[in-house]
Amino acid sequence: MKDSVIVLTEENTSELSPDRIISQIRTLKDEGFRFVTMSSTDLGESICVLYHLDKDLHLVTQKVEVPKGSKIPSICSIYASAFLIENEIKEHFGVDFDGLSLDFQGMLYLDEEVQKTPFCKIAIKRV
Amino acid sequence: MARTVIPFGPQHPVLPEPLHLTLTVEDEIVLEAIPKLGYVHRGLEKLAEIRDHTQMIQIVERVCGICSTLHAMCYCQGIEALMKVEIPPRARFLRVIWAEMHRMHSHLLWLGLFADAFGFESLFMQFWKIRERIMDLQEATSGNRIIVSVNCVGGVKRDIDAAAQQWILDTMKIVEKEVLQLKSTIMDDFTVKRRTVGIGVLSKEKAYEMGAAGPTLRASGIFQDMRQTGYAAYSELNFEPVVETDGDCYARTICRFNEVFQAIGLIREAFAKLPHSELAVKAKGLPNGEVISRVEQPRGECLYYLKGNGTKFLDRVRIRTPTFANIPALLEMLPGCDLADVPVLILTIDPCISCTER
Repeated sequence: MKDSVIVLTEENTSELSPDRIISQIRTLKDEGFRFVTMSSTDLGESICVLYHLDKDLHLVTQKVEVPKGSKIPSICSIYASAFLIENEIKEHFGVDFDGLSLDFQGMLYLDEEVQKTPFCKIAIKRV
Repeated sequence: MARTVIPFGPQHPVLPEPLHLTLTVEDEIVLEAIPKLGYVHRGLEKLAEIRDHTQMIQIVERVCGICSTLHAMCYCQGIEALMKVEIPPRARFLRVIWAEMHRMHSHLLWLGLFADAFGFESLFMQFWKIRERIMDLQEATSGNRIIVSVNCVGGVKRDIDAAAQQWILDTMKIVEKEVLQLKSTIMDDFTVKRRTVGIGVLSKEKAYEMGAAGPTLRASGIFQDMRQTGYAAYSELNFEPVVETDGDCYARTICRFNEVFQAIGLIREAFAKLPHSELAVKAKGLPNGEVISRVEQPRGECLYYLKGNGTKFLDRVRIRTPTFANIPALLEMLPGCDLADVPVLILTIDPCISCTER
């Protein structure tokens, strides 16, 4: 089925724990899915990270909820192109990624003097 | 020979917007490229916290001037899905018409910059002269040359009357003839071919693996275009993606050339099938839930993730633009190319940095 507009529901969004990110994303890559992007939202106490992958114009979404300031595995080893969005999420939301192929140290868009994660409602001081 | 690090950008004659690449070269062959962004980062996504969901249309229109209406269309589609609004049929077709006019003016702009990158200034001016016809149409039908601002939640704000329709169709004939004349001038030229054929090859497998989008993806042989999903009125039009197979700079150029002609055909077909109905429906309620909306911008697939919470302000507006997807593919193309080929190679992904950084 080809999707241009998808309302996310529990049926079409899979929830993952952080320790299953690598295995699940690798499975999807082996099935022929291409990496589209990641999205993230501040939920207050935690950050929701969404992985969007596409095959034949059918989009699937994997959701991971992580505590603020935490570290999750990077998927750069599976999809090399993910480094850019992972850097953006690290900079804007404070989620660190373990194994980033190219790490901009929180300065992809923002200057060094910007010390807090701008998208968090309660900002995290950047290390 | 020792390796040399050469900064490319952020100011460069071939770049319309600032982008910095740190190029590591050896004997004038590029070994590695590392991007640096942030020169035009405006924090537009963060504005969703203090602008309500209808005001955000004006914000997303200004993410990029060249694909402005497609940003608005993508955003409005998502909000309409959250609010369970079905737009009138005439609005769907009018969105296609303005979208394809935007695609034409974007590709003609790029073709002009492409010619200018070779020092072919007269051809650059010819392409932009043709582009002015499209800008005139946009100004006449919407009031603005660039930020046409015709989309709203529930449909469109303006109509295209019979007189404007005829003007547009007449202009399409002229543009088609003029672009066709220029095609042989640029694409059959010996120098242009020497500078583009076999340069910056992105294989089919790599294009897919690196998540490339738009003509950068299709020029490598991937038969994929968001318009195949049938959003707006594309499901009622005869549409097939324009695909090339060589994956080099020349193929990407041919792809964009042919998409100009394809856009002309789509506009003609849209006008032929344009139904009579109201332009917009009133959207009642407030957006609540999460939605992903995708459209095909001139540079490729654009994705919007929107999250509403039942209030007039959205929790999150996340925008993934096609150039953001094509930068990793560019970093894959650059190693192995000559330093002299770098400007043209970068230009062939049609970089829109204001889209990338928002």
